[in-house]
Amino acid sequence: MASDTLFQRITDYAHRADPYPLYAELRESRVARQEDGSYLVGTYHEIEALLHDPRISSDRRNRTVPDETEGGTEGLPPAFIGLDDPEHHRLRGLAMRSFGPPHTPGRIDAMHGEITRIVKDLLTGLRDKDRIDVVDDFAYPLPVTVICRLLGVPIEDEPRFRQWSDAIVAGIAPGPDEDPVERQRAATEARKTMALYLGGLAEKRRDRPSDDMLSAFVGGDSTDGQLTQLEIMTTSVLLLIAGHETTVNLITNGMLTLLRHPDQLARLRSDPSLMPRAVEELLRYEPPVQMLPQRTPLADIEVAGITIPKGVPLILMLAAGNRDPERFHDPDRFDPDRGDNLHLGFGSGIHSCFGAPLARLEAQIALNALLQHLDAPRLTEDPPPYRRSPVLRGPRHLLVERGA
Amino acid sequence: MRDEPCDGRIVIVGASLAGLRAAEQLRKEGFSGSLTLIGDEPQPPYDRPPLSKQVLLGMVSAGQTGLPQRGDLDAQWRLGVRAVGVDPIEKRVLLADGAEVPFDRLLIATGTRARPWPNPAEAALDGVFTLRTSDEARRLAERLDAGPRRVLVIGAGFTGSEIASACRERGLAVTVAERGPAPLVGALGGTLGALAAKLQRAHGVDLRCGVTVTALEGNGRLTGAQFSDGTRIDADVAVVALGAVRNTEWLAESGLAAGPRGVTCDAGCRAFNMYGIVTDDVFAAGDVARFPHPLFEYQLLSLEHWGNAVAQAEVAAHNMVNPGPRRIPHLSVPAFWSSQFGLNIKSVGVPTFSDQVVIAQGSLKDARLVAVYGYRGRVTAAVSVNQAKSLEYYERLIETAAPFPPAPGAADRIESPAPVPSDVPDPKMLSHGPTVALTGHLPDRRLTVVHPAH
Ligand SMILES: Cc1cc2nc3c(=O)[nH]c(=O)nc-3n(C[C@H](O)[C@H](O)[C@H](O)COP(=O)(O)OP(=O)(O)OC[C@H]3O[C@@H](n4cnc5c(N)ncnc54)[C@H](O)[C@@H]3O)c2cc1C
Repeated sequence: MASDTLFQRITDYAHRADPYPLYAELRESRVARQEDGSYLVGTYHEIEALLHDPRISSDRRNRTVPDETEGGTEGLPPAFIGLDDPEHHRLRGLAMRSFGPPHTPGRIDAMHGEITRIVKDLLTGLRDKDRIDVVDDFAYPLPVTVICRLLGVPIEDEPRFRQWSDAIVAGIAPGPDEDPVERQRAATEARKTMALYLGGLAEKRRDRPSDDMLSAFVGGDSTDGQLTQLEIMTTSVLLLIAGHETTVNLITNGMLTLLRHPDQLARLRSDPSLMPRAVEELLRYEPPVQMLPQRTPLADIEVAGITIPKGVPLILMLAAGNRDPERFHDPDRFDPDRGDNLHLGFGSGIHSCFGAPLARLEAQIALNALLQHLDAPRLTEDPPPYRRSPVLRGPRHLLVERGA
Repeated sequence: MRDEPCDGRIVIVGASLAGLRAAEQLRKEGFSGSLTLIGDEPQPPYDRPPLSKQVLLGMVSAGQTGLPQRGDLDAQWRLGVRAVGVDPIEKRVLLADGAEVPFDRLLIATGTRARPWPNPAEAALDGVFTLRTSDEARRLAERLDAGPRRVLVIGAGFTGSEIASACRERGLAVTVAERGPAPLVGALGGTLGALAAKLQRAHGVDLRCGVTVTALEGNGRLTGAQFSDGTRIDADVAVVALGAVRNTEWLAESGLAAGPRGVTCDAGCRAFNMYGIVTDDVFAAGDVARFPHPLFEYQLLSLEHWGNAVAQAEVAAHNMVNPGPRRIPHLSVPAFWSSQFGLNIKSVGVPTFSDQVVIAQGSLKDARLVAVYGYRGRVTAAVSVNQAKSLEYYERLIETAAPFPPAPGAADRIESPAPVPSDVPDPKMLSHGPTVALTGHLPDRRLTVVHPAH
C-alpha cells in the first residue's frame, strides 16, 4: 500500500481503530499535499490559525475543480456549516435564537433534568442484562431522543431518519474502496428526503406551535429576519444529524477510553464531579469529529512555509492537532487532570460547534450514569468494530459485560 | 539589591489589577522574600471593566467585581493608605500616615484616576459623577436606579459611550456631549467614529458633537448644563468622562522619569530616571507605565487596557526576580475590548498609529465588520465590530509588519472599498483622552499629543 497517499491511508477502514500513527506522520510534514491536489494540515497551531483565517471558505462551491462527488445542481443549498459570512452568520444566528444565548440562554441548562430522565429510563431498561452494547442500547438512543425533543421530531420516526442519516454521513468522506459518485448521489437523495420530511413537520407547527425549535423556526418574530422554508429544511437536517451523530461517538469513545484506563474509570466512578474535565480531555484525546474536510482557501495561503493554492480542497485534521506535542504536553496520554486543554474537539473560529454546550452536558450525564450503572465493566473486544466514517469516528458496537 | 534575586524585600505600590498580577507572578517565579502591597483604596483588588457595563446595568453590584486571587500570596497588604513619595537613596516608600516602607525592589502600578470636572464648585454639585472606582460606580448605579429624568455624559470615549449605552438600556434619557467630531473617534478614527455616532442616535441618544459643556448649573443639586453652541439642557445626573490622569504626582521628588504621561520605562519595565538612565530596582507596569514598542517605531506608548496591565505586570515581575540575561521584553500587541449599544468592539494593535483604514471584512451597513488600519503601507491595527473571530489573523499581520492594505480574499468581504484616510484627530480636539497615548506625535500628521486643557 506504499503508493497510497496519506489521506487514502487515513480514510482506509483498516486504520479506523487507530489512526493516530498516521496523524503523527502527518504532523511531521505539517502540510501534506495529496496526489489529488488536496492539502492536509495536522499541526495544532497551523489548524488554529486557519480556523481564524478569513480567507478560508467553508463553502465547497469555491473550489476551482468542482467536486465531482458533490450533489450538483439538483441538490439542496448548503446548510450554514457549509456557508461563509454573512449568510452563515445570519442563518446560524437565527437557528441559535431558539437554542442558546442571548435569546434563549437557559435552554440547555433546563435540559438537565430531561437528559437525566432519559438516561435513567435507558439504563432501567438494561437492568437485567449482563451484556450491553453501549452504542445501540445507550449512546445512540440518548442523543437521538434529546435532539428529537429539542427539534420537535416524533421519536417513532427514528428508523426512517436513521437510514437517511447513515447515507448522509457516508457521503461526507467516502472511503477509497467505495464509489464516491454513487455514495454522493445516495447522500444527496437522502438529504432531500429528510429535508422534505422535516419541512413537512415544520409546516404543521405553523398552526399548532409547541415548545420546540421547529415551532420557533416557523413562528419567529420577523424583527431580525426569519428563515425561509428552504432554510428551515436545510437547517433542521443539519441540526438533527449533527445533534446526534457526534454525541454518540463522544459517549462511546469516552466509554472505550475509560475501559482502557481502569484507574481513571474507578476515580470517576467514585467522584462524578471530575467528569466535566474528563469530557474535555476526551474531546481532545478521541474527538468525535476527526477532521473538517470541506475548507477551501480563497487566496494562495502560506502555511508553515508551504503555499496552499487558492481553490484546492483543504482538510484540517483536528484529531491530529489535538495530539500535537508542540501544543500539549505528553499528548498521547489520556489525562483527565490536564489543566491547559484548549482542544480542537469542537473546532474553533466562526464555525465552532453550535451544539457544544448540549454535547458536553449529554456526555457528562451519560458517562456518569453509565459508570454508576456498570459494576466492574469488562470490554469484550478491543478494538471494537468501528463505524465506517473517518470523519465522524467511533465504534459501531461496544460490547461490555458486567463483572461477576 | 541582594545577590539573590528571589530574596529580599519587594514593595508594590498600587493594589489593583497590575499590582495583584505582579504579586502573583513574583510568587510563581519563586520569590520567597517579603512582599508588600500598598494601595490607597480600602478594598482588595477588583476589576474595573464591569463598572461601566454590568454594574451600571444592575447585573452585578459594584462590590461584586473583586479580582480572583490565585493561591496564598503571603503578602503584607497596606490598604487604604496612599504612598506620597519615594526616597531613592535610602530606598523607602513614604506613606501618607507617616510610615516608611523599605524596599530592595519597587514596582510602580498606580494606574490612573478619572480626570475631574475642571470647575471644583460645579464638580461638587450633587449629581455630578466620575467613574473609575468601585465606589464611584456604586454611587452612580444607585442614582441611575432612582430614575433620573436625564443623564448628561460629558465625553464620548469608551467609558462615556459605555455609560450612555447602559443608561439607554435602562430606558433613561441621555445626552452625550463630545468636543470631537464623533464618539470613539480619538481611539478608532473617523470611519468607525461615524458608525458609533449613527448607532448612538439609533439607540435614542441625544448626541451632540463638536460642542463642549461650558457650565454645569445647579444650586447644591445639578439641574442642567450649558453648551458652547449656546444651547442648554435640563439634567439631574452628569457623568464626567473626560479620560484619565496618570497617578504620578507622588513620584515628583523621586528623580524618576515620571510625569503626566506616565512613568517611562524600558521594554523590560525598568523605570528610567529623569536623566534617561535606566534603574535596576524600580519597575513600572499597567496604566501608569509608558514604554517603547518596536511595532510602533519604538514610540513610547501608554495604554489604558486591561490586557496590557496583566501582561506588563507579569513581565515586570519576571524581570524583578531574574538576572539580566534571563530578562524578557514586554512586546505584546496592544489589545482591548468594549461593549456598547449592542456592539462588541475588539481592537488589536494601535488604531491611532495609522494613516489609512479599510473595511476588510463585513460592512458598516450591517455593523458587523473588521476595519484594518495601516501606516505607510503596513498593517498596524485591526478593529472588529461584532465579529471578533478572525482578529488573531490580523494580529499576526501586525506582528509581521504585513503590507497594507491586506491582500484580498476574505470570505465575507462583500464590499470591496478602497482604503480611506484613517482620520485620527488631534487629541486636543477631544473631550476625553485617547485610551492609547502615542507619546510625541501621531504618525500621519506629526501632531503633538497634549492632554485637553480642561
Ligand atoms: C470604567 C472602566 C471600564 C474599563 N473597561 C475596559 C475594557 O472594557 N477593556 C479594557 O481593555 N480595559 C478597560 N478598562 C481599563 C482597565 O480597567 C485598566 O487598564 C486597568 O484597570 C489598569 O490596571 P492598573 O492596575 O494598571 O491600574 P488601576 O486599575 O488604575 O489601579 C491603580 C491602583 O493604584 C492606586 N493608587 C494610585 N495612586 C496611589 C498611591 N499614591 N498610593 C497607593 N495607591 C495608589 C489606585 O487607587 C488604584 O487602586 C476600563 C477602566 C475603567 C475605569
